[in-house]
Amino acid sequence: MKNDTQATLKSYVIGFISSVVLTLAAYILIEIHVNSAHETFSHPFLTFAFITLAVIQLIIQLVFFLHLGNETGPRWNLVVFGSTVAIVMLLVVGSIWIMNHLNYNMMASPDQMNTYIQSQDGL
Amino acid sequence: MIADKMEKHGEHDASQNARSDKAAFGFWVYLMTDLIMFATLFAAYAVLRDNTFGGPSAAQLFSLNSALAETLILLTSSFTCGLAMLAAHRGKKNQTIAWLGVTLALGLTFLTLELTEFSHLLAGGNSWTSNAFLSSFFALVGTHGLHIAIGSLWMIVMMKMIWTRGLTPFTTSKLTRLALFWHFLDIVWIFIFTIVYLMGAMGMS
Repeated sequence: MKNDTQATLKSYVIGFISSVVLTLAAYILIEIHVNSAHETFSHPFLTFAFITLAVIQLIIQLVFFLHLGNETGPRWNLVVFGSTVAIVMLLVVGSIWIMNHLNYNMMASPDQMNTYIQSQDGL
Repeated sequence: MIADKMEKHGEHDASQNARSDKAAFGFWVYLMTDLIMFATLFAAYAVLRDNTFGGPSAAQLFSLNSALAETLILLTSSFTCGLAMLAAHRGKKNQTIAWLGVTLALGLTFLTLELTEFSHLLAGGNSWTSNAFLSSFFALVGTHGLHIAIGSLWMIVMMKMIWTRGLTPFTTSKLTRLALFWHFLDIVWIFIFTIVYLMGAMGMS
């Protein structure tokens, strides 16, 4: 990010084109899935594919648009980014993990709750 | 004012660069804290997305085509913002202002599309008060939209400043931070597109 001096037209064009391709790839996947009569892809597969495509695009934009890692000397930008990613992962993954388990113990309507507990316990 | 004085003395170029780098780093740290705030909104959305209180789900409410259009518009604006940065480094004042203008126009188009989507939702009786899913949706997407609105305002101020003061180290340093902000907002949107719209269209798991 050293004042963007290393930035070239080439890096922006590469970043832009690959981002468009990745976005369209994700869009085509969901269009195929939604428009087919039977579900073409399984949910875990699609979730995995979408997250992977988004993370690749994140890295591409960090490198080609924000020029992260282009600094000379100690890479403080990268250090701060790394620790932020750690916090973000704890926040998001932790919340989903805890709340999914908590749902098990929270009151829905009694009927719903019975059905849910029975399905979970295999009764 | 200090920066203005420095511009008049060539020997201060090095210290000006160091100042600009420090300012960019400080702004980067701010962006990272902003990212943590977005992470909490993403976490809330991920947890609450199925709690529709009997109302329509994400798959029934959101239009994929309009989300794709918003994504491509914001991506293009991120690219033209980079082109403005390049023009500034080559010292081309008018080109810089022109690319900023294109970026601003794309940003405003994005906002218009988003507000149209919001007004359709509200007209259909799906407001942020309807259920937890919609509360978290409006909080997440609305906060991003607010950032885009502030960024657009900043871009207008930046264009005016470059117009009157030219491409000095002072204005270029400010432009660098604006570009960082704009690229950052596009990165956040990739995840809104993926988690809210693409995964929403998948339906309940």
